[in-house]
Amino acid sequence: MTKDRFTIVGRPLPKIDAWGKVTGDTKYADDLVLPRMAYGKLLRSAHAHARITAIDTTRARALAGVYGVITGADLPRVKFGILPVSQDEEALCVDKVRMVGDAIAAVAAVDEETAERACELIDVTYEPLPSLMSMEDALAHPEVRIHEYGDGPNVHKNVSLQFGDVDAALAASHLVREDVFYFEGNTHLPMEQHAAVAQWAADGRLTLWSSTQTPHYVHRLLTKILDVPGAHVRVIATPVGGGFGGKLDPFAHEIAACQLSKLTGRPVKIALTREEVFYVHRGRHPVLMWIKTGFTNDGDITGCHLKTWLDGGAYGSYGVASTFYTGVINPVTYKIPVYKFEGARVFTNKPPCGPKRGHGTPQPRFALECQLDKAAEQLGLDPADMRRRIVADPFTKTANHLTVTTIGLGECIDKVVEASQWRAKRPAFAKGVVVGDRGLGERRRKGIGIACSAYMTGAGTAIYWNNMPHSGVVLRADRSGGVAILCGATDIGQGSDSILAYLPAEVLGIEPKDVHVHPADTSLTPVDLGSYSSRVTLMCGMAAIQAATRLRRAIAEAVAKKLEISVDRLAFRDRKVGDPDDWEKAVPFAQAVELGEAMHGVLAFPGAYAPPKRAGKYKGGGVGPSPCYSYSACVVELTVDEETAEIHLDDVWIAHDIGRALNPLLVEGQVEGSIYMGIGEALMEAQVFRHDLHKAPSLLDYKSPTTLETPPIHTILVETDDPEGPFGAKEAGQGPLLPVIPAIANAIYNAVGVRVDEIPITPDKVLKGLDLKRQGKSARIGPERIPLFKFKEPLVVESAFGQPLDAIAVRPFADAQS
Amino acid sequence: MMRLPPFTYVAPRTVRDAVAALREHGADAMLVAGGTDLYPNMKRRQFEPKVLVGLGGVAEMRGVRGSARDGFTIGAGTTLSALARHPDIVRHYPGLATAAGLVSSPQLRNMGTIGGNLCVDTRCNYYNQSFAWRKAIGFCMKKDGEICLVAPGSPRCWAVSSSDVAPVAWSLGAKVRLVGPAGERVIPAEALYRDDGIQYLAKQPNEILTALLLPPADGRRSAYMKLRRRGSFDFPVLGVAVSVRMDGETVREARIVLGAVASQPREATKASAALVGRQLTPEAIDAAAEAAAGPSKPLDNTDFTHPYRKKMTRVFVARALRRIAGLPVSGRVEEELA
Ligand SMILES: Cc1cc2nc3c(=O)[nH]c(=O)nc-3n(C[C@H](O)[C@H](O)[C@H](O)COP(=O)(O)OP(=O)(O)OC[C@H]3O[C@@H](n4cnc5c(N)ncnc54)[C@H](O)[C@@H]3O)c2cc1C
Ligand code: SF4
Repeated sequence: MTKDRFTIVGRPLPKIDAWGKVTGDTKYADDLVLPRMAYGKLLRSAHAHARITAIDTTRARALAGVYGVITGADLPRVKFGILPVSQDEEALCVDKVRMVGDAIAAVAAVDEETAERACELIDVTYEPLPSLMSMEDALAHPEVRIHEYGDGPNVHKNVSLQFGDVDAALAASHLVREDVFYFEGNTHLPMEQHAAVAQWAADGRLTLWSSTQTPHYVHRLLTKILDVPGAHVRVIATPVGGGFGGKLDPFAHEIAACQLSKLTGRPVKIALTREEVFYVHRGRHPVLMWIKTGFTNDGDITGCHLKTWLDGGAYGSYGVASTFYTGVINPVTYKIPVYKFEGARVFTNKPPCGPKRGHGTPQPRFALECQLDKAAEQLGLDPADMRRRIVADPFTKTANHLTVTTIGLGECIDKVVEASQWRAKRPAFAKGVVVGDRGLGERRRKGIGIACSAYMTGAGTAIYWNNMPHSGVVLRADRSGGVAILCGATDIGQGSDSILAYLPAEVLGIEPKDVHVHPADTSLTPVDLGSYSSRVTLMCGMAAIQAATRLRRAIAEAVAKKLEISVDRLAFRDRKVGDPDDWEKAVPFAQAVELGEAMHGVLAFPGAYAPPKRAGKYKGGGVGPSPCYSYSACVVELTVDEETAEIHLDDVWIAHDIGRALNPLLVEGQVEGSIYMGIGEALMEAQVFRHDLHKAPSLLDYKSPTTLETPPIHTILVETDDPEGPFGAKEAGQGPLLPVIPAIANAIYNAVGVRVDEIPITPDKVLKGLDLKRQGKSARIGPERIPLFKFKEPLVVESAFGQPLDAIAVRPFADAQS
Repeated sequence: MMRLPPFTYVAPRTVRDAVAALREHGADAMLVAGGTDLYPNMKRRQFEPKVLVGLGGVAEMRGVRGSARDGFTIGAGTTLSALARHPDIVRHYPGLATAAGLVSSPQLRNMGTIGGNLCVDTRCNYYNQSFAWRKAIGFCMKKDGEICLVAPGSPRCWAVSSSDVAPVAWSLGAKVRLVGPAGERVIPAEALYRDDGIQYLAKQPNEILTALLLPPADGRRSAYMKLRRRGSFDFPVLGVAVSVRMDGETVREARIVLGAVASQPREATKASAALVGRQLTPEAIDAAAEAAAGPSKPLDNTDFTHPYRKKMTRVFVARALRRIAGLPVSGRVEEELA
């Protein structure tokens, strides 16, 4: 199909759930009310690190209105975790708590107030242990161990990979830069707080409605955690009011709701408070980074060596993957012939970190893009031109054996440079051009900065090793002319339900409204692994196209027979099937379905997708491969008030290589949301602790930008029609977040000559830099030291840089000509 | 969701009935107006009144009356939104309209009242936390505990006066009317406050603040500037209210009052005095701004670092004075609204 022949694809259609969201019809988990439902609450730890010596629930049980109280003793004694290698969590802690906010007990009661009061009546006796609230503390106190497993005392993971001879490459460079950066942790801040309703019915079957991004993984894990047959467990993901990675793990409240339901014989709802969401977390890791890169005089990169230290918090979660992600994606963007990456994740007594939009990659992206800017300045190169020159080549492999397909980054750079008037503004602003029309302009300085990025369109491997599809759908045509699609994907706001309507509609020549989308119900829908790693549009999109194509073929066969023409002559459009040259005879779609059903029986077709198997053949090569990568280039223009150091963003231009915009409106929405979130991380958000406690676990005190801090965002979509994506599409939900953060840092430098190598870039820090500058000192704010830490001996692998990609292996489950 | 503790709600129609209700329920009762400060605090168990006396139905406490020549009486139940857009207030007391218009967010200004704002609880980021959080850290003396967590050796609480309107009222020389069981009294706005994070109001708990009384406008110029992280939603972590009366080109009277740097608004008396008898030149303004930074002694218990808040005092005072002097002002758009 060529672009002009699309009828749905490429149109700025509203999301299919837009009406429900706008009118308040959408039923989130916390909107569910079942007959006889009880309300649950969790008692959470008041200590960052302590042994539990006794739990007495007598007083809580005695409170009127309490239906049941459970502790860890009431659950099977198994530890669990989302990754098979990190089975370190308990829903309700039994012997030990590892952070303030760890759940210890749970209550079901007649209402939330009573459940809360009952929690206060549970007596827990603690024996406090020293709390380790920073990576430095955790590494300095090996005698205090948060977990007994890992790659060393309080070291969860220690990795070291080397692709080619980096030392030699650096030695042969014209310029070698060594920089240290820090990226503070921050959290997802979805509007919807997590909620779950569990009903363990009298017949022994369990249903869980939950605001989760991964119903399939929750299904699998509940089976293990609660020791019930998986066949008797049904997990339904309710519409999710924002996920961003914060609803990807199985959580204590889900498990407790199930167990309380079993105990009380009632449905049980547990909805978290905003404060609890801060404890549940799994957000952005704080990462300290050291990066050493070699350059030629022309700006080519000769080699790069990156070290990262991740503050993981109290549990493993996705942390092993996060650790790899801090190292493996940077080489996808630019030509980096040889590459070395060392990473370590450290346990601390804080809420566990995990995947947040961009999972593990915004931090090293910030480091690399700021370092490129510094190098460009030293080399006397324009930072946009320098980046343009070193963009990686399409259809090649990176040093670390990732296969890249289409790359629209060069075009993205060109587009934002032009749209932002970069060439005129940058030199002018660097000279200290004044703004403001009221005569005091010398106190406000303009700056402009650029940065680029790349991101995966879906992880190439599943969380648990298997040979099955990553995404599946079942498509059933109804005699009414409607089509139902069943798919395990979860719409977390990114629009996957809409994509599941658009694509079959495109293939079958009907309207999206004719497609009934039934998502995320483990007893009805084929598995989709979950809404993470920007995988859903590509993977369930490919599965949907496959199923729709199969359905189309079956219908075409029947219609062709009826019209007595060859199948190849048939077109599907305007809810009709017929010969374009004889369209009056075209059969209405509903009738075409009837013909098809009469010929074939029930018209229900599966579609399945699994990514091409391209993982690098070395240990660790499973993290990073993706069917294709999206690219973004971003220019930020801002104003810095030199007296207050307040930063005002004036404009953001972003060009995003989307492969193909299946719906440009949705893509722009994803891009704008990413920019907004990136701005928050860059300028203010910080998940920080004091006296063992989260400093600001509320929407008022945890600072996240409002619409007033969000500048006009100019989104430019670049289409590269990737051979791996559904109709050529790549991801949009995460990649555009990445470049805005370093672009802001670079623009601030352009404005006032202050380098803040530390996220967030707050006015206090910029002002300190300005003071240093006035004193004639180096105007850099950022970390000075790196930990004394021994990384593993590296696994040394040949660099695959520049090699052409392997002859495309047949994708599992693909049809010959779908 | 965080839940409110149980309470009985009493809805008087007149000030007199409200006073009676307070008397009847004594220490068990609290007043509530818009509830935008009190209800969140109750959810965190900073307050657990058994009875709430709601002022929302007291019609005589609403509205703005008066004239520029005689001054205005602002009913304590007037919403911040109404005050911020009242044409006479905007024209004659721009500092007040600005401050009211910069409080929190549009939704909260539609509910929040001027009386509630003048009486708003002091804030501290060790205190504005849930019960479970405060229990985990061991509580502090403002509620349920013994010590101060910001200044551990301190015998007193340093929670921060966080009203935007209070420093403006003080700088304008406004008064407040209090009505209690013993009758009515009118006191200067500055006499309403005490330098203590716990007992921050000088009024009796059973006294109702019924009105804010503005002096005649009389050539007064005023301005308010607010430091906060974001353009909406956030409490001030520094507020600067300036009010000046001129004799031709010369300053006859000046008052500079700082908000959110202590447990009560703090007047920068030296800075104010330095302006009197002088013209509002850039030099005079800079000197006054320098002097104003002295009384600004923030502690580390709000957003931003406290050294930054202190440094900003000079900048914000200078900017507020420049505005009054009609000199060009640099700053964020929101502060330029006035
Ligand atoms: C997210 C958020 C942001 C906020 N931001 C700001 C801000 O930027 N600046 C700011 O100044 N405030 C802010 N506030 C606080 C509050 O919204 C305002 O101060 C508001 O004006 C309070 O008025 P109210 O009528 O809602 O007071 P209430 O909550 O009803 O009462 C506040 C206190 O005053 C007492 N009280 C109320 N009326 C009277 C009266 N007539 N006589 C005697 N006592 C009385 C009450 O007993 C209570 O102790 C914020 C609040 C929230 C939740
Ligand atoms: S200043 Fe001290 S006593 Fe007062 S609220 Fe804060 S920590 Fe508590």
